[in-house]
Amino acid sequence: MNILMMILLTVLIICAVVVSFIKSLTASVIVFGSFSLVVAVIWMLLESPDLAITEAAVGAGVTGLLFYATLKKIGSIKDANKKEKKVLYRVFRITAGLLIVMLAAALIFCMFDLPGLFSPDHPGENVVAERYIESGIEETGAVNFVAGMILDYRAFDTFGESNVLFAATICVMVLLLVQNRGKKEDLPESKEYYEDLKDEKEIEPKIIKNDVILKTVAKVAVPFILMFGLYVILNGHLSPGGGFSGGAIVGSGFILASVAFGFDRMERFLNKKSAGIITFVSLLVYCLAKSYSFFTGANHLESGIPLGTPGAILSSGLILILNICVGLVVACTMYSFFSLMRRGKI
Amino acid sequence: MWEQIYNHFNDIVAAILFVIGFSNLLFQKNLIKKIIGLNIMDVAIYLLLASQGYISGRLAPILSGGSENAATYINPIPSGLVLTGIVVSVSVTALMLSMTIRLYRKYKTLDLDEILIKVRKEKDNKEES
Repeated sequence: MNILMMILLTVLIICAVVVSFIKSLTASVIVFGSFSLVVAVIWMLLESPDLAITEAAVGAGVTGLLFYATLKKIGSIKDANKKEKKVLYRVFRITAGLLIVMLAAALIFCMFDLPGLFSPDHPGENVVAERYIESGIEETGAVNFVAGMILDYRAFDTFGESNVLFAATICVMVLLLVQNRGKKEDLPESKEYYEDLKDEKEIEPKIIKNDVILKTVAKVAVPFILMFGLYVILNGHLSPGGGFSGGAIVGSGFILASVAFGFDRMERFLNKKSAGIITFVSLLVYCLAKSYSFFTGANHLESGIPLGTPGAILSSGLILILNICVGLVVACTMYSFFSLMRRGKI
Repeated sequence: MWEQIYNHFNDIVAAILFVIGFSNLLFQKNLIKKIIGLNIMDVAIYLLLASQGYISGRLAPILSGGSENAATYINPIPSGLVLTGIVVSVSVTALMLSMTIRLYRKYKTLDLDEILIKVRKEKDNKEES
């Protein structure tokens, strides 16, 4: 436990309290972004670079963007807080406060029963972790033990997770696309709603045309962001990162490009159809590569791909392919989340 | 006492963050603030998990110096679990935000209490007619 970690943890608590009490919604989203950035530094201090790179890309990057897109769509930046004086309301608040204090006391009391921080005699430090590290390179060929673990030993876990992303995209599409071409009776005050849409369409191109700074910066930054994302994906088995973090970086590169140069240009190669096909094919490849163990009684079969020398880019068998699949799924998902929220379609 | 707090500092911070996030869920009326509260709770859980995996003086779980001894590296399992969690939490956030957009389109407010009142009124109107 060093002093830097203590300071960062204190900053975390301060950020969380500020988020709760600040009035403006935009400000609270900004503070939440800095909260995520501090968390990324803490992961680095805890020697988990995989988490740090994912948190910086997903937590501080894409989550904040999604909040912004929502706020922009809603157009309500002020958090209107009216005071109510009903007795029942006050009773509720006092009871909830008591509940929270009790919860805090119980949680902190339980924390003292855990083994001390950072000590080697931790119950989690057992044969499983030992096995992953000591025979990881022989069995998976991945230099990054975390990549070897999540994409080989626990590949099903990761497959389920990719499917969660896919399902989330479908749900967001159902929620946001349907109304655009829905029946008229579904739309309350439909006149107003269509007027809103018209305004948005008129305003958007103007903003894009005038923004010289954004365009110039994006011209320089987007290629590097995409290149870095691809590097992180392709080196997932050698260095920190992998499909999830690299995919999020590529996705945020797409988002920057679409904001700077307009969604129409992005649509030429990443639209509803192509994003769907890419996601589906990636998930299918992943499924075919790993689902054989359903039929062999959960036995681990040789994939037929040589493991290669650990440390080379073309090594570790299936992990490289699976990383690419996961990266594609994540990149398409992140871009379609933003696009759906910003303008209501992909 | 102080020594114990020092020994469990990360865990206690995780507990406090969890409680702050939970109180955001309970007390805030604004839907966006509620979602941020849920995200803070997520981070609290990840912090607790990752702190359990770290052992002081050990290295990140990436082969370095050719050492394949398990005592050289930290526990990779919490890293894998938290990695899964981070990506799932962003999809949950996106889902909740799109629901918020839908609610706002229909009721023109982000205040959960007002939305509930409007829903109740709508129901009454339907029953009357």
